Amino acid sequence: MNTNQELTKIERSAAVKKTVRNVILYTLLTLWGLIVLFPFYWMILSSVKSYSAYNSEYIPKFYTLSPTLQNYIDAFTTVNLGRYFLNTFIYTIVTTGLMVIVIVLSAYAFARLQFKGRDFVFTLFLALMMIPNELVIITNFVTITNWGMRNTFQGLILPSVASVFYIYLLRENFAQVPDELYYAAKVDGTRDIKYLFKVMIPICRPTIITIIILKVIECWNSYVWPRLITDDSNYYLVSNGIQEIRENGFGRENIPAMMAAVVVISVPLIIIFLLFHKKIMEGVSRGGTKG
Amino acid sequence: MKVVLEHLTKRFPNRNKGGADVIAVNDFDFEIPDGKLIGLLGPSGCGKSTTLNLISGLQKPSEGKIFFGDLDVTKLEPEHRGVGLVFQNYALYPHLTVEENIMFPLGNLRGKEKMTKQAMQEKALEAAKLVQIDQLMARKPSELSGGQQQRVAIARALVKTPRVLLLDEPLSNLDARLRLQTREELRRIQQETKVTTIFVTHDQEEAMSISDMIVVMSAGLVQQIGKPQDVYDDPKNLFVAKFLGTPPINVFKGFVTGGNLYIGEEAVLEVPGVPDQDVFVGIRPEGFILDPQGPLTLNLSGVEVMGRDITVISKHDFCENVQIRSIISAENTVDTGSSVVRFSLKPYKVHLFAADTEERIYFGSQKPLGNKLQA
Amino acid sequence: MENRSFKGWLYLLPAIAFLGLFMIYPLVDVFVYSFEEGYNSASQRYFGIGLYNYSYVLHDPYFMQAVKNTFILVIITVPVSTILALLISVGLSQIKPLKELYQTVFFLPYVTNTLAVGLVFMILFKKTAYSDGLVNLLINWFGGKSVDFIDGPYWAKMFVLCFYTVWIVMPFKILILTSALASVNQDYYNAARVDGTSKGRIFRKITLPMISPMIFYLVITGFIGAFKAYSDAVALFGTDLNSAGMNTIVGYVYDMLYGNSGGYPSYASAAAIILFAIVLTITVINLSVSRRNVTYK
Repeated sequence: MNTNQELTKIERSAAVKKTVRNVILYTLLTLWGLIVLFPFYWMILSSVKSYSAYNSEYIPKFYTLSPTLQNYIDAFTTVNLGRYFLNTFIYTIVTTGLMVIVIVLSAYAFARLQFKGRDFVFTLFLALMMIPNELVIITNFVTITNWGMRNTFQGLILPSVASVFYIYLLRENFAQVPDELYYAAKVDGTRDIKYLFKVMIPICRPTIITIIILKVIECWNSYVWPRLITDDSNYYLVSNGIQEIRENGFGRENIPAMMAAVVVISVPLIIIFLLFHKKIMEGVSRGGTKG
Repeated sequence: MKVVLEHLTKRFPNRNKGGADVIAVNDFDFEIPDGKLIGLLGPSGCGKSTTLNLISGLQKPSEGKIFFGDLDVTKLEPEHRGVGLVFQNYALYPHLTVEENIMFPLGNLRGKEKMTKQAMQEKALEAAKLVQIDQLMARKPSELSGGQQQRVAIARALVKTPRVLLLDEPLSNLDARLRLQTREELRRIQQETKVTTIFVTHDQEEAMSISDMIVVMSAGLVQQIGKPQDVYDDPKNLFVAKFLGTPPINVFKGFVTGGNLYIGEEAVLEVPGVPDQDVFVGIRPEGFILDPQGPLTLNLSGVEVMGRDITVISKHDFCENVQIRSIISAENTVDTGSSVVRFSLKPYKVHLFAADTEERIYFGSQKPLGNKLQA
Repeated sequence: MENRSFKGWLYLLPAIAFLGLFMIYPLVDVFVYSFEEGYNSASQRYFGIGLYNYSYVLHDPYFMQAVKNTFILVIITVPVSTILALLISVGLSQIKPLKELYQTVFFLPYVTNTLAVGLVFMILFKKTAYSDGLVNLLINWFGGKSVDFIDGPYWAKMFVLCFYTVWIVMPFKILILTSALASVNQDYYNAARVDGTSKGRIFRKITLPMISPMIFYLVITGFIGAFKAYSDAVALFGTDLNSAGMNTIVGYVYDMLYGNSGGYPSYASAAAIILFAIVLTITVINLSVSRRNVTYK
């Protein structure tokens, strides 16, 4: 590189290379973006096509000229969608609520309180994280059956409450609150439980909220456990409700109505995601890297 | 290869909306001669690191040009500039050995410059010997001390015989003892390789001790450029005077009337040719002469005996410094029982600065020394 | 001191109660079940202690089919999803405008209901009497013949399952890799740039080694997760996976427990423990491979 002309040539080819690279990048990224988004588009589109219009399309159309909300009405009337919704709602709220209580108390115990055997028990808990759900579900199924809790909310909720992973996450967060605050409070005569509510929880609120959101997502999408222990459709959640709809609902394969049901089921979580996407992604990322 | 900076300016948009742009480097004009060691000196945030980034190409200037020799590299990407850069935290690839780290730049050569593995290893060994790290070639960076890591970083920067060698705060991560040793190393290496070298530091002692020329910067503006001794003896403004020198220059508030310099009530020096005005008076520690009839009276706090000389510590109402330090020959005796001590002043160690602009006011036989290096 | 000890345990009580009842007890219980031969829930009887259950399961053709399906799924989806996620993450790290938008869109599948979206996939891929389906439309465009991916040949069904599984797991992997990439100190890239390193070389010699721990983490957890595949298959093919020939090991476990041929917790337990053993073995292999290959602490 001895002359300014050669330099200009290098500069120009570098600029061209950069542009080409950007074009390729954006194209590929957009391609995957479309692959991700397309099913949602199709979901919504199909849900507003009328039954006859949908079935008459030998070649599926990417648009519809006469959108209709009839499918949504069908979704709620011909199958028990409203009921599934309500069940899932109750299940999610109660399970998450119980979980919060359990993990706040235990994370606090592990992070702040001193008692004999604390570290040993914590290590034990950590070991529990390795146990796959598929193993324990078998016995839980038998247990719940023996207690006569099939097709009940208790049966759905109780085994789903405890999660070692969230205890671990929250404990890490609690442990980061400086010791000095605790000692200062102690010197002022604060009882442990008051410290928990007045100091720990407010400081760690972001993490708690993230955990709540993640648990809500988990509960809303839960399938295996509800399917195992409920065979009365009055107690179905949205996931196994969908399966029910697919196999028995809407008579002869009313796809648009099924799509309407699917849209309705997906909407709550998507709204939560759009509102809290930053928090959710941070929480999952932190949880993933700690694993 | 000489490096020429022409009206180099770098602006950053203000983080607060509606604020003015931050000018990190402001109209920097300088021709760096080939083969010299230049120190960019200034407090943090003065723009020295940004200047280094502009020269390396990692950042692009808002205005101005950069030349390596006659080549206009202003728009050239760093990959093509042939610059060697030593980062403040060394940036050694942790998963490669010392030898592989040093060889890394050589692996990028293409076309007719492409080297065989053996040739690369030989060159790497050469560079390692230059910085005296050839015994540690098989180690990983995590197994080296800070000083050793830095030498690897230097070797890596030099192995491709760069046009310019840039170092960003090379000594600030080393402990004090190592710093002294390493800065001499830097000077030795630079003189052996004769590569035009620019390093950035906030430590004026460092810059003064090894540079051929220093550039003093503050808030994006170049304050003064010159040989270290020249800049020390002939500061152009109060900032430069205060920045250079250990112990720091003693700054007093004073005024000039009728050709005489007054500090407080005392006329301490004749300053012919200076119009009446308020001034800052900078007196170097070595500018005091112990004199029982001296014109300047200071309140004595104490005396530090250093063996080779004596430091008198005192106070004065009109002095900016918390303590005034005056260094006098050990042959003097100071009456420590007295509450005051009197001095007369060496005129060439007294610098006057206008109270409003802080620019230097020359008097008597003082003359500005060369500002740019005679090539 | 005693007082404090007591209080600590008191706080732990709820957690211990739930975990003990629904995690620790079942763990022990499952092992017991697996050795109680031929335990039948209806009759509450079993005919001996021994390895009969394991033998039954291992000779059951449905189980072997499920194992085959699961293994194929694992072998295909783990490398594909990891490599794809890596490429996408690297791509994301190279752009600035719209990056957040892309990241958010890419994460969308994570919050959606697998069953619900699976239904959409089923519709897109299925060939019915009314229509060939959208995917077949695409295939026809490129000159191929229509295939029923849901009710058709085995390879087609496997394809959809793999495709859907990759679609589902990508968000998590992209997220993890993106944050791993972001955590690499920018100075390494600057140093390489100043040394004139090409982008490809930077990727191979610097980026990959520095994020190799994360990549291996994703591979290991990817394997574990893929072996447990179940709801993805149900989402596509319906609850009767055996008749679709697309059962997975986990599906087999649940079938033994509950489905039409169910009521045999002992067989389910044996199958589950076999699964656990497989996963453990593969994980150990993965860990020892990663120990040798992960070049950066």
